[in-house]
Amino acid sequence: MEQAKELLVNMGPQHPSTHGVLRLMVKLDGETVTWCEPDIGYLHRCFEKLSEFKTYPQVIPFTDRTDYLAAITNELCFVEGTEKLFGDAIVVPERAQYIRVLLAEFQRICSHLLALGAMAMDIGAITPFLYAWRDREKMYSLFERITGGRMLYNYLRIGGVRNDLPAGILGTPTDGEDKADQTIWGFINYFDSYVWPQWEALVTDNRIFQWRTQDVGKLSAANAIAYGASGAVLRGSGVKFDLRKNLPNAIYDRFEFDIPVGKAGGDCFDRWIVRAEEMRQSSRIVKQALAWLAENPGETMGKVPRILKPPKGEIYHRIEGARGEVSCYIVSDGGTNPYKVKWRSPCFVHLQLMPLICPGQKIADVIAILGSIDIVLGEVDR
Amino acid sequence: MAENQVPGQELDWLNDSVVVSDAEANQNVIVGKLPAVVQKVLGWGYGNSTWPLGFGIACCAIEMMAASCSKYDIARFGSEAVRMSPRQADLMIVAGTVNEKMAVVVRRLYDQMAEPKFVIAMGACASNGGPYWDTYNVVDGVHKVVPVDVYVPGCPPRPEALLQALMEIQEMLKTGKRGLITKG
Ligand code: SF4
Repeated sequence: MEQAKELLVNMGPQHPSTHGVLRLMVKLDGETVTWCEPDIGYLHRCFEKLSEFKTYPQVIPFTDRTDYLAAITNELCFVEGTEKLFGDAIVVPERAQYIRVLLAEFQRICSHLLALGAMAMDIGAITPFLYAWRDREKMYSLFERITGGRMLYNYLRIGGVRNDLPAGILGTPTDGEDKADQTIWGFINYFDSYVWPQWEALVTDNRIFQWRTQDVGKLSAANAIAYGASGAVLRGSGVKFDLRKNLPNAIYDRFEFDIPVGKAGGDCFDRWIVRAEEMRQSSRIVKQALAWLAENPGETMGKVPRILKPPKGEIYHRIEGARGEVSCYIVSDGGTNPYKVKWRSPCFVHLQLMPLICPGQKIADVIAILGSIDIVLGEVDR
Repeated sequence: MAENQVPGQELDWLNDSVVVSDAEANQNVIVGKLPAVVQKVLGWGYGNSTWPLGFGIACCAIEMMAASCSKYDIARFGSEAVRMSPRQADLMIVAGTVNEKMAVVVRRLYDQMAEPKFVIAMGACASNGGPYWDTYNVVDGVHKVVPVDVYVPGCPPRPEALLQALMEIQEMLKTGKRGLITKG
């Protein structure tokens, strides 16, 4: 009797840990993965085509919806790209620049919290996910006061931001835990003194978690570069590259922060550590921005024409988003609509690492790997 | 007595104003009202334990997660047991944009669910295509694929709105507005 050597297993599109609607086809020999192939397109929403029919400001809400966990950084990428297209015609006020950085970094903390929580949940620890949401809700209420939206904001504008920060949202450096959902200082202090140590103690130092993630899903630095990885995946493999330092957009060159890198050869645990550490660095940036914003009131919207018609030309703009390098390529034909918008999303690039990393791993580790590269399907398919 | 009842009126029994006539009182009151009692008990039971299918599609799924976590705590309404298998789930929350490739999957999952089953279309996308309504790949409204019980407006709706939709379903079940078998 002939025995089948390999078993083809379909994970998704409805699967608890595919972070949305990803379908993974996995071939198994016993419990070991021999082949893995992602199938995408279940969330293709025609973002790029749609933006050809929208004016520049109308595209901004759609950029939110590509990566719905880190909306501000996506908006930032498109808005800055368009401003670049205008050249010197649009000057963004300094205060708006600081607000942008403040929110982008605040968003990064928010996004990483969910990434870590979801990864822990995929591996089997449900509690961290609930803790992540406890803190995200606090951040959401702050975001809501600033921008009006909990999750998708449409807050940045070409030439500035929509409105100034509401009175009293900054708080004072002495604000403690009780103000965590009322002032940004309150949250940051709460984060530094309570949230981060708790994650450290609860998950990072947890032996079971370490066993599940260490030496799993190794990605060498050479492969990471060759496959175009960025963000925490690239830095987890030990490559010290962060666009905020290497090619600063906005005003990132004015802030002091470090770039954490993985040390153990790019396994899942490295990527975890890098994300966790990045949250702390983001909180450092937020504090610096807060200090500046408290002392420098002013305009938050530069002078822009009523109807935005960028001059003919094309631009490629890249920034460091929460998941990696977000970039957009905008072609303008001088009209009110972009002629073409091309979005480069880090998750799409990271997903193609799956066929590289997964073979040789156990089936249960595929979930850990998927959690550690932190994909958002909205951004993969767009 | 049971056969005299028009189906929709079965639950008039629950109203205070129902007067039991002498002729009815002479009959066995309890047995005569059994269908209504059974429906009431079932409605109460199903309404307070509608288990959702763990199935998020796009941005709205994040708000769905928020609803099931500590601040909004969907467990207060008996729906915290998220089932990963459609065969064990009662409630499908379509949270996100359904495109042509996904529509097939949504229908298939729906068909695999056992009766009684309910569908909430969460968010503008699931209700009518939302911001993506006129694109080449998006199904404008999940009602084109599966029968929908409650629509939740918003992009994304707040978790409270989802909870309200859940309460709507409980209400439907308890008052008998919606039978336990899906029609259509
Ligand atoms: S309704 Fe809005 S938030 Fe919900 S899936 Fe559609 S675009 Fe996303």
